[in-house]
Amino acid sequence: MNPLLLSHFTATSSIGLGLEPTLDALRQRRAGLLPCAFETVDLTSFIGEVTGVDQVTLPDHLSHFNCRNNRLALLGLNQDGFSDAVRAAIAKYGSQRVGLFVGTSTAGILQTELAYRQRDPLTGALPADFNYRTTHNTFSVADFTRDYFGLTGPAVVVSSACSSSAKVFASARRMIDAGLIDAAVVGGVDSLCLTTLYGFNSLGLTSEQACRPFDIQRNGISIGEAAAFALLERPPEKLDDDAILLLGIGESSDAYHMSSPHPEGLGARMAMQDALKMAGLQPSDIDYINLHGTATQSNDTAEAKAVKHLFGTTVPSSSTKGQTGHTLGAAGGLEAVICALALQHHLMPAGLNTEHLDPNLGLNYLLANREQPLSHVLSNSFGFGGTNCSLIFGRAT
Amino acid sequence: MTTLTAYIEGIGLLGPGLTGWPSSQAILSGQEPYQSQKTILPPPALLPSAERRRSGAIVKLTLATGLEAVTAAGLDAATLPSVFSASGGDGENCHAICEMLASDDRQISPTRFHNSVHNAAAGYWSIATGAMTPSSVLSAYDASFGAGLLEAMTQVVIDNTHTILLACDTPYPEPLHSKRPISDAFGISLVLAPQQSNQTLAKITIRLTDASPSQQVTQMNDAELEHLRTNIPAARGLPLLQSIAMQQHTQVILDYLGSTHIAVDITSCQTKLA
Repeated sequence: MNPLLLSHFTATSSIGLGLEPTLDALRQRRAGLLPCAFETVDLTSFIGEVTGVDQVTLPDHLSHFNCRNNRLALLGLNQDGFSDAVRAAIAKYGSQRVGLFVGTSTAGILQTELAYRQRDPLTGALPADFNYRTTHNTFSVADFTRDYFGLTGPAVVVSSACSSSAKVFASARRMIDAGLIDAAVVGGVDSLCLTTLYGFNSLGLTSEQACRPFDIQRNGISIGEAAAFALLERPPEKLDDDAILLLGIGESSDAYHMSSPHPEGLGARMAMQDALKMAGLQPSDIDYINLHGTATQSNDTAEAKAVKHLFGTTVPSSSTKGQTGHTLGAAGGLEAVICALALQHHLMPAGLNTEHLDPNLGLNYLLANREQPLSHVLSNSFGFGGTNCSLIFGRAT
Repeated sequence: MTTLTAYIEGIGLLGPGLTGWPSSQAILSGQEPYQSQKTILPPPALLPSAERRRSGAIVKLTLATGLEAVTAAGLDAATLPSVFSASGGDGENCHAICEMLASDDRQISPTRFHNSVHNAAAGYWSIATGAMTPSSVLSAYDASFGAGLLEAMTQVVIDNTHTILLACDTPYPEPLHSKRPISDAFGISLVLAPQQSNQTLAKITIRLTDASPSQQVTQMNDAELEHLRTNIPAARGLPLLQSIAMQQHTQVILDYLGSTHIAVDITSCQTKLA
């Protein structure tokens, strides 16, 4: 593929608002997971909640978009000067030539969950001030972001569960290559809600403690929330050494089961293989893998098989979900930004909470941070419905 | 102005009073009257029995329109990348979850939960057809058809591949229905190819409009079909099908986002009506 430049990027999650605290948390091995005290949820689990989301105020003219997911989106957009970078891109290319691609799994469904507690006792009607389009609807986070920046070009939400905000890079890449746009705001925003907290619990997929990816005793995920964004542009002729490029994307489907991965990790393997092929790289060119690593029995087993099949057992790898929790539709975007930080700062972040590596998984899973120059890193994102996406990022030099 | 060109090789259509592409052509071209009738969703025969029991309206609709288009194109669905575009997911399922979460017993069932994801229909499609191909699952509220068409066209042109667009919407029950009054299930599927073949029904070339006053959105000739077009997001694609049914060489303007629309130049390549 024609490489794309991540000219700006930012991440907001339970480990920090913006790049500096995020990098610091990775360096200090600091997790953002705490016992769940979200809303009225009565489950024994750990969650990665972003602080201050409910203190965010949307601009007056966009107040109809007010919901936790859009507040989190705005909080994320306003870190690291990202909003200014988007406005500069609009000034440079035009409002119709900057595309918008946001991944989310549940958008503002929390608003509907709350509205269902306030139904009219006689008619069953939802409260008059409940606005479906601007809060609940899957598109609402892109709708909000589009209006926030005054964008008039293509805009879409990708909602393929936990691969959503990895897949936005694929859609943006095609649209830039097609010449419909010159730049793309890509990202992921997913916020805590009862549907996912009780839903994953019903499947027996949430751990009662902070998640332990690749541990012999791993027993499920910790749900988190995040907003992460990147601005994609065609690279100029001269690039800074630490400029981050998107080099390859692989997408596949398991065609196996709605909520369990292919047991041999076949779809995952195909996604990684296709990403390597698109990047024109060999498995030995990959210096670090940011695993999907949810800490469920089945994901980590299937992913390890897929990684081992392609890369053998030596490539350093880790899941950063022990730090951030599984941020679902935002995970691909968040972990893309973590990969960009890893490349810029020569840091391979260790997996947290994992004490005894599962010997059956057989990967070179990092339990301590490692600092060394990196050229190429790969990030995996897989989701319900058997949807898989792998991204490869690299430094300019 | 950037344009993208692809060739339609198969069409699937299901909606109120529209029961497949062959029988709908005469209605859309005005040769037969349109008679509204509740959408009939066939059971998804391709799914294993456990999945069939668990599948909601959006899954049945997606599978039915998708398979119609693939069969018409004479292709194997397992080989096709796919683009699923829907304003929302399974409305009945969403309502049931929200109702439970507002009650004293919040223990929603595992099946309810995995059916709640926006890509449930995409997941069932891949299980039913064995397609391990890339799949984009999109939402753009009322602009979902346009967003899906753009995504599918970029796949065809940039990845130089056949692809299938599955644009489907289903209604919510009350009380959400009052807030999002989609009247019935409606779906359009298009198999798109990068080159012309003897399967080609029409050549389409699309571009984004710049919202000038001359670019008014194309309406349906029939008032009831026009109501469908504006009421159900997936039906925003009906003017395209109307022109193909009439075997016109023409341009239609499809509703997209705000004042930005999608202009589609259509060249019919049909030698005969089905």
